[in-house]
Amino acid sequence: MKTFIGIDLGSTTTKAIVLGGDETVLGRGITNSRSNYGIAAEVAKQEAFLDARFFLFRELLKDLPALKDDLENFLNNFEQDFRLEQYLEQLAELERACVESSDDDRLGKDGAETRSLLAAVFRQLNDEAPKLYEPGSSRKSDFFRDIAGSQYSNASESTSQDSRISFESMLNVFDRSIIEVENRIGSGADEAKFMSALERTCKRSEVFTRLRGDLRAPLENVLGTAFEETYVVGTGYGRATLPFSKEHIRSEILCHGLGAHIMHPKTATVLDIGGQDTKAIQVDPNGIVESFQMNDRCAAGCGRYLGYIADEMNLGLHELGPMAMQATRKVRINSTCTVFAGAELRDRLSMGEKREDIVSGLHRAIILRAMSILSRSGGIRDQFTFTGGVAKNEAAVAVLKELAWENYGKVQMNVNPDSIYTGALGAATFAQRVVLH
Amino acid sequence: MTTAASQQADVQKEESMLLQKAMIGANFDALSTAHEEGKKVSSTFVPGNLNELLMCFDFVRNLPEINALQSAMRKKSGGYVMEAERSGHSEDVCSYVKSDLGMMAKGQLGPTGKPLPTPDVLLLSYTGCFTFMKWFELVRDQYDCETAMLHVPYQADGKITDNMRDFVVMQLKEQVIPTLERVSGVKFDIDRLRENLRESAKAEDDLVWVLQSAKNRPSPIDAYFGGIYYCGPIFSAFRGSKEATAYYVALRKEVADRIEQGLGPVTPEGVMDEERIRLVVEGPPNWTHFRDFWKMFYDEGAVVVASSYTKVGGVYDYGFRHDPDNPIETLADYCLGCYTNHSLPARVDMLCDYMEEYNADGFLNNSIKSCNSFSAGQLLMLREIEERTGKPAGFIETDLVDPRYFSPANVKNRLESYFQMIEQKKARGDSRTAA
Amino acid sequence: MALENIVERCQDLYEDLDFTSVRAWKEAGANRKVIGHMPVYVPRELIHAAGMLPVGILGGGDQLDVIHGDAYYQSYICRIPRSTIELAITGRLDCLDGMLFPSTCDVIRNLSGMWQLKFQDKLIRYFDVPQNFHRDIGGVFYTRELQGFRDALSDLAGHEISDDDIRASIDLYNKNRQVIAELYAYRSAEPWQVPTPEVYLLMRAGMLLPVDEHTQLVHDYIAAAKAVERPVRDNCRVVINGLFCEQPPLGLLKSIEMAGCYVVDDDFMLVARWLLHEVPMDGDPIHNLSDAFITYSSETSCKYVPNKKDKGKYLVDSVRRSGAEGVIFASPSFCDPALLDRPMLQNALAAHGIPYTAFKFAENSGQLQPIREQAGTFADSIKLWSAA
Repeated sequence: MKTFIGIDLGSTTTKAIVLGGDETVLGRGITNSRSNYGIAAEVAKQEAFLDARFFLFRELLKDLPALKDDLENFLNNFEQDFRLEQYLEQLAELERACVESSDDDRLGKDGAETRSLLAAVFRQLNDEAPKLYEPGSSRKSDFFRDIAGSQYSNASESTSQDSRISFESMLNVFDRSIIEVENRIGSGADEAKFMSALERTCKRSEVFTRLRGDLRAPLENVLGTAFEETYVVGTGYGRATLPFSKEHIRSEILCHGLGAHIMHPKTATVLDIGGQDTKAIQVDPNGIVESFQMNDRCAAGCGRYLGYIADEMNLGLHELGPMAMQATRKVRINSTCTVFAGAELRDRLSMGEKREDIVSGLHRAIILRAMSILSRSGGIRDQFTFTGGVAKNEAAVAVLKELAWENYGKVQMNVNPDSIYTGALGAATFAQRVVLH
Repeated sequence: MTTAASQQADVQKEESMLLQKAMIGANFDALSTAHEEGKKVSSTFVPGNLNELLMCFDFVRNLPEINALQSAMRKKSGGYVMEAERSGHSEDVCSYVKSDLGMMAKGQLGPTGKPLPTPDVLLLSYTGCFTFMKWFELVRDQYDCETAMLHVPYQADGKITDNMRDFVVMQLKEQVIPTLERVSGVKFDIDRLRENLRESAKAEDDLVWVLQSAKNRPSPIDAYFGGIYYCGPIFSAFRGSKEATAYYVALRKEVADRIEQGLGPVTPEGVMDEERIRLVVEGPPNWTHFRDFWKMFYDEGAVVVASSYTKVGGVYDYGFRHDPDNPIETLADYCLGCYTNHSLPARVDMLCDYMEEYNADGFLNNSIKSCNSFSAGQLLMLREIEERTGKPAGFIETDLVDPRYFSPANVKNRLESYFQMIEQKKARGDSRTAA
Repeated sequence: MALENIVERCQDLYEDLDFTSVRAWKEAGANRKVIGHMPVYVPRELIHAAGMLPVGILGGGDQLDVIHGDAYYQSYICRIPRSTIELAITGRLDCLDGMLFPSTCDVIRNLSGMWQLKFQDKLIRYFDVPQNFHRDIGGVFYTRELQGFRDALSDLAGHEISDDDIRASIDLYNKNRQVIAELYAYRSAEPWQVPTPEVYLLMRAGMLLPVDEHTQLVHDYIAAAKAVERPVRDNCRVVINGLFCEQPPLGLLKSIEMAGCYVVDDDFMLVARWLLHEVPMDGDPIHNLSDAFITYSSETSCKYVPNKKDKGKYLVDSVRRSGAEGVIFASPSFCDPALLDRPMLQNALAAHGIPYTAFKFAENSGQLQPIREQAGTFADSIKLWSAA
């Protein structure tokens, strides 16, 4: 099967899109960018191909009348079970790496005891794994580093309590080992994991058990499909270090413009607020970029600013938006300088202002900054598509809409749930155009 | 890049480049020994520099902007800037000034490593840049040297009025010339000035010819990165000298040869292969990463066909020539006509003309943190030029000589996006024309 | 009028970003025209003589959302031009029939060109004042420039501006300068009676009100202030410098006083204090205005100082005259004149043993805590120093 791949290397996450020959999005993959863009690109691509297999599987299952009402339920279970298989595989790798890095040469007399603690810790992690992937469960992050890290930390804290080996040194073992595991590109033994996952899922309900045979055949069919990587285009912050030749690289501006156009064909203006930069792009009716502006060399008012605020307040990034929505008063924050934001925040808290109001003011401040960049690029035209990590923040979306309407009239504003993949989608579309046109 | 072409180009390049290098080197040498040899030293700025006049008094001529940019190209300016900031200068202000003051504080060695003398006179030609005024007040504060102030009014309405010209002429006659006479001990000889001005006009003719050669396809020159070299002698201590005239004759011949052979500009890596994008650039260059910056252009086949920076030391391509028949008035007109002394609407008109006359595909603005005279208002200029010409405009930000303000990844990212946007638009335009 | 009413009126004028008072003045008569001007100096007498209202345009302060204004400027350019553009784009400056851009610095100079590009239907003038202070050179140039300005104003007004019109205006502005001098003298004598935020607001009011009305208001304020007794605090006395163009947030001025500093001289609204003596009423009024500029005008970082020995002298004199114990440099971020000048001014102060401290601000600075701390520490050190 011919596929066209777009990879968007962001400063924090790397995204991949696999397009089929008919412009259908077959799969999406995302991973943390690590310090190694080459591996991040490869991992994101593998994830996208896995996602493509789920997609194809779903398409085939639509023809299975017996599953009709249980299709979504089945697929949800199946995906969780597959993730569990993946997790268990990586856990085994992590354990191996941890044990290797706890040999006697390195740890001397502590080696043996560390290894026995590790055995206990990983036993516990393996036991706890299925619970993490219960249907309907939600995880703070889907990245192995984050999930395993928090599990490992909890388990080794209790395990090391009565031991000579300190919690600290257990964490050091993890830190030494995780990079190796993270930078290892998947085993490739996906077929086996898919099949084991199917076995797990089939045990979950009588209906699934009964349909086991009917489910195996399409899955084997999907797993038997060979994906041809017909053309790959890379983009994004890390594109200069992509392992691609120049013809396979497009600027993130062009990719975002085109990606937004593919998602919302009537897009005229695109705003993307990512971790490191903010871009305002004007596109023509074909998704061709007409002009663009980015934040100047100072990263004030980008996504990272919100991350910094969240850190200052000891909150998760995803908690900021909901908190801002609780504001009851307008607070004017004039500094979008990341360096000063912390100081201003503390100053205001000490003056007795409410956290919710301040956080809401901070959202307004970064959106005001974005409004200026938009204005610089030629303003907001109908339709207006908002992309990037910050587009997932409801408070940011609300302020942006308010200010957009106030300054440019009631334009239609699009916020796509998959907006994080905009750049990758544009890149994949470029890949397709190279071959087809 | 073809080997033959680049070898040939090296040879071609060397003639004018070597000439210029020798001129600059000799001037730094002359500066280093001026006082030993009983000569007097003047210091002045590039815009509104009255070189022909200073020559009349046998001054050895120092230009602190040139020192700063030469120091930057030799990676010395960063330390000077920091030195000045340590002594209380704000991080917000012009890095030329700070490089100059830092250089003084660190032993007053010029870019070539030879000592720079304390100037005997500061010719403060306050032309097109507010900072000049403060710069020489700061230098004066340190050295207590005589200062001749020449206030050149701003061409706010796009024309030189009689009042402006009279004011400059009056200052020259009543104050500047007498001060230079007094400091140098040399009596002013107007015929000597006329003779210098005659030389200037010859060199100016050739410079204009060279800059306008970029109208050819492919352009035989890069009118920004290369243009800076071409303007070197005329913008600094040499305009009005016979050696400058000779330099421009040699340069013109080299460029004529390149046109004949259909060759593109000479870059540090040889003759450029293919001209893919033609640009007009507004704003000074960055000096700390000059080569890297240039490479970002020629690697993508982008050639600058016209630039405003090559007009800061005089706008000659709109017809102005130094006029030996009106020696003092012509100096006034020269100062009044420098690029940064033009209003924003006049600058927009000029850049739009360039876009058309030089058949450019895009307009690029290199916005310089140090230089508010250039930078304040550039985003509006950009918008105007984009609207009037319908050509894509790009915007990048760097600094003159503060290496902290050149972010290679950031600049490259923007330039690549911009170049790809131009090519995409060109491709679409071509396919439309074809259809 | 009671003191608090006067202050409240000034505060209202200050907070009104829609220039309601200016609009009201304009509507109160047929064919009334308003000329806006940026800091630092323009000859308001000529505008007044043309029957027009000069209005100081001083940026948007800390209460204006700047959206479009920011789109015109890089991050390394000061704040006042952005908020000024914002005021214009949002229609708040529609009441102006003209706009003057004095030769304050390159940013304000280029702003004149931006106005020419964007607001072509107005009288737009870059107002170049000489940096040469010889009567026969700079004076001649400036006199001719003033004459040109007078002609442009007559064209806009649709009638000649007679010498007597100008003399009458000079008279009113002389009175205004006089009452302001009185206000400053009173504050420097009894700074606890005249808080600096109030002085600032009064001076700001002068940027909006017709001159005679403002003169009366300052008179009233002085009378009202003398009628109340305010507590004397153990503050040190400082001169504040750097506020000649971009405006400080009011909170900044309050912070300085709260931190233990009485401001006894400043460089607010220099246009109102630029000419240091009365302008003569007899003779050629244009020549008189020109001569006043050339021979007895104020000094600030925008002005060239021909002799090294005079550099910073005005600031030292101000310290001596007002009995100040130190200088606070409050410089707008990215302000070329203020920041380039500061080291030389500091040298001059140091040579006279005058202590100083320095910080930067922007018209919309939100964090005043560091400024309070710095001013407080400065005040403490001055007290310790004078006790020693």
